[in-house]
Amino acid sequence: MTLNILAVDDSRTMRDMIRLALLPEGFTVHTADDGMHGIEVLDGIKPDAIITDINMPRMDGFGFIDAVRAQDNHRATPILVLTTEAAPELKERARKAGATGWIVKPFDPTKLVKALHMVAG
Amino acid sequence: MSTPHDPMAEIRASFFIECEELLEALQDGLQVIEDDEADDETINVVFRAVHSIKGGAGAFSLEGLVRFAHRFETVLDLVRTGQMQVEANALKVFFQCADHLADLVRVCRDDAPLPEVRSEEILELLDALTGGPPIMQEKPGPEIDFSPKALTLDLTLGDETADAAMPFELPEPADLPPFPLADDAGEEERPGNYEITFTPSIELFETGNEPALLFRNLEALGDINVNCDASRLPALAALTPEAPHLSWQISLKTEADEAEIQSIFEFVEGLCTLEIVSTKGPDLDVEPTLSPAAIPTSMDSRFPTLPPEPESPPQITPEPSATPAPSPAASPKPAATKDKAAPNAAKSVVRVDLDRIERLVNLVGELVINQAMLSQSLEQSGLSPHSNAMNGLEEFQRLTRDIQDSVMMIRAQPVKSLFQRMSRIVRESSAAVAKDVRLRTEGETTEVDKTVIERLADPLTHIIRNAVDHGLETTSERLAAGKPAQGQVSLSAAHRSGRVVIEISDDGGGINRPKVLQIAIDKGLIPADATPSSSEIDNLLFLPGFSTATEVSDLSGRGVGMDVVRTAIQALGGRITISSDPGIGTTFSISLPLTLAVLDGMVIEVARETLVLPLNLVIETVTLTQNDVEMVRPGALVVRVRDGFVPIIDLGKELGYRDELEDLEGSVVLLIAHEDGNRAALLIDNIVDQRQVVIKGLDESLYRAPGIAAATILGDGQIALILDPSDIIAQSLNPSTARPAPMTEGMIA
Repeated sequence: MTLNILAVDDSRTMRDMIRLALLPEGFTVHTADDGMHGIEVLDGIKPDAIITDINMPRMDGFGFIDAVRAQDNHRATPILVLTTEAAPELKERARKAGATGWIVKPFDPTKLVKALHMVAG
Repeated sequence: MSTPHDPMAEIRASFFIECEELLEALQDGLQVIEDDEADDETINVVFRAVHSIKGGAGAFSLEGLVRFAHRFETVLDLVRTGQMQVEANALKVFFQCADHLADLVRVCRDDAPLPEVRSEEILELLDALTGGPPIMQEKPGPEIDFSPKALTLDLTLGDETADAAMPFELPEPADLPPFPLADDAGEEERPGNYEITFTPSIELFETGNEPALLFRNLEALGDINVNCDASRLPALAALTPEAPHLSWQISLKTEADEAEIQSIFEFVEGLCTLEIVSTKGPDLDVEPTLSPAAIPTSMDSRFPTLPPEPESPPQITPEPSATPAPSPAASPKPAATKDKAAPNAAKSVVRVDLDRIERLVNLVGELVINQAMLSQSLEQSGLSPHSNAMNGLEEFQRLTRDIQDSVMMIRAQPVKSLFQRMSRIVRESSAAVAKDVRLRTEGETTEVDKTVIERLADPLTHIIRNAVDHGLETTSERLAAGKPAQGQVSLSAAHRSGRVVIEISDDGGGINRPKVLQIAIDKGLIPADATPSSSEIDNLLFLPGFSTATEVSDLSGRGVGMDVVRTAIQALGGRITISSDPGIGTTFSISLPLTLAVLDGMVIEVARETLVLPLNLVIETVTLTQNDVEMVRPGALVVRVRDGFVPIIDLGKELGYRDELEDLEGSVVLLIAHEDGNRAALLIDNIVDQRQVVIKGLDESLYRAPGIAAATILGDGQIALILDPSDIIAQSLNPSTARPAPMTEGMIA
């Protein structure tokens, strides 16, 4: 099953990697450069799942998740946190903010796909 | 381009481009901190730059880069979380780290061997900053971070089942308990029966998890039978729609081990009550130790401990300093970042192969020529200037010009990257000669043609090394002279009347003119009885063979003299001048054309030859009358202009087209601004036109005639030479200091 994904990461390399991992699966991938941009992009698409980095300028991943969850139609949209930071507090915080799951960078493409299927069907 | 279809290679290439941007942001941030203009966000930007480099490097398994970036990042994190103050000393080390990080990035890009020794040296400096305990804390850091990465890679090659949990779990030492279980379970690779009881809590739904999906994932593992327990569902009237009331019983028959089942519930751990009980199939009579009861209890005991679980890692993870970081630092960020980072993030960028731009530039060049030809033939056709065709032509001209400007803008880049490289040169060269030097930059956003920027690096490096090494006095000399101990080198860029002017100045002692003169005489560069002016003495520095062994230290003495600098600048169609005030300092000023491809030219005629002069150098045109001209001595004429006399240079004679004119009445002179502020009047026969010309380089095989910069094709198809008036003036007025080497290496066509 193909999914419509929004990926938010301030690193172009990471966005490229995500695209590279997901496009061959037939996923549709939208990208945004940071949380603020992510909110903008979100307005106009209906992603099946969202992937977001934590450490970003302007609006970080926590702020972004908060903002997404605050939107009624995205209260249950699966959000995966994609971060190099493996600190458990961070995961706990991401979860408190409403993240569905997390993946530690560097990620393996097949696992990213698997995780997406796991949360988004 | 060897692997145009390998997306990984492309991403890798783009990663290194991104690294350059991140390194620039890193440098910028450190600079802002050094300038004491940092706000809360600055350190975050610095941290993020290093962090992103690490992240990308991890994706490409650039271990050396990851390792160094991680250590650097760890210390920056201490600063970010306010556990460490940035003192001048620390900042110096950070700059060194940034420089080294840049080196590592380039080494990795070129697949060159890692400079391990240098890395170690710098890491020792870093360790020295944080003192003893932090070192102890840091060291295990990489291990924790790296072993999982190595594992992740291994796993991608082999098993594809049990590792599903790995990327999530691995970096968390607290999650170790499940693993022994997993290992045990992993050994029994036989079909097993599991009874799973699953009761989601409200948080499970709030985080966007979905029980149905969990079951579907379980189903992928084997045969599944799901029963919903709705016994706790209240009557409709009493129902709170948001609160979950359901519970599920799942029987799973699978070959997967328990760890894999666990991994499916990875994201909902702590958000539900979960019981996984292994009920062995009839064929599984082994291992009585793993009684059905044993596992559930261990599982059960695990879940109640979930909340405290996040607390345990700090004990194991030796990064207590790093862990509290995210919360305090991250929370104010969204607000604080907005204004500062917005301009950067808002910029949308397309990367284009330079070859394509080159092609576009060339095509536009052809278009300009073509348009000029068309204009000429339409004018000759006798059409009325008010005809539609002529009106259309005017519009066409305007558009052509706009297109040309826009195309040139594509190639233009801010000089910032160049300046950052220079800031590193200052740091390194000042350290080498034990001087305290600070670089001030100005006009970093000034845009210059990309090629020019690239080719400026070497000459600028040389000038800056010279400034640090020779220009600035030693600290004791400075103090004795009543100057601040810290020397200053300034680097500025600005657009000035259609050219880019880059200035490098120091606040040192100025050029030691008697010494320079003596050296020049000793080396036979000028006659012993010469009495050059101050500015002429300064210009002696540009003579080939001036730079001497006694004069140079190992820093700037690389066998390169200022003459090479000058040649390099001239090859770019630029000019370099020097000015110096004893005791106050020395300034090198480099003036460059904005673009290497097109020139606003004045088309002139001399002895029936058509020539082109750069229009921006012409200050004024004057039609001579005999009264304006005075003879200083035979062969040396001057023209009276409002505010003084200007030497006349007969272009026809200088270029060897004809003998000197006898009668100047009615001739035209062009007042030309010379770089050092002097002026000269070029005597010509006639001004034909002012127009843009496309510069066509003269072939390498041609003799480089003095005063000739390049050539162009005029509208009528005729070829005209483009003159370098400054060169002609220098040749004519100061034969002694004129450059002995022929003119430029050809400007770019």
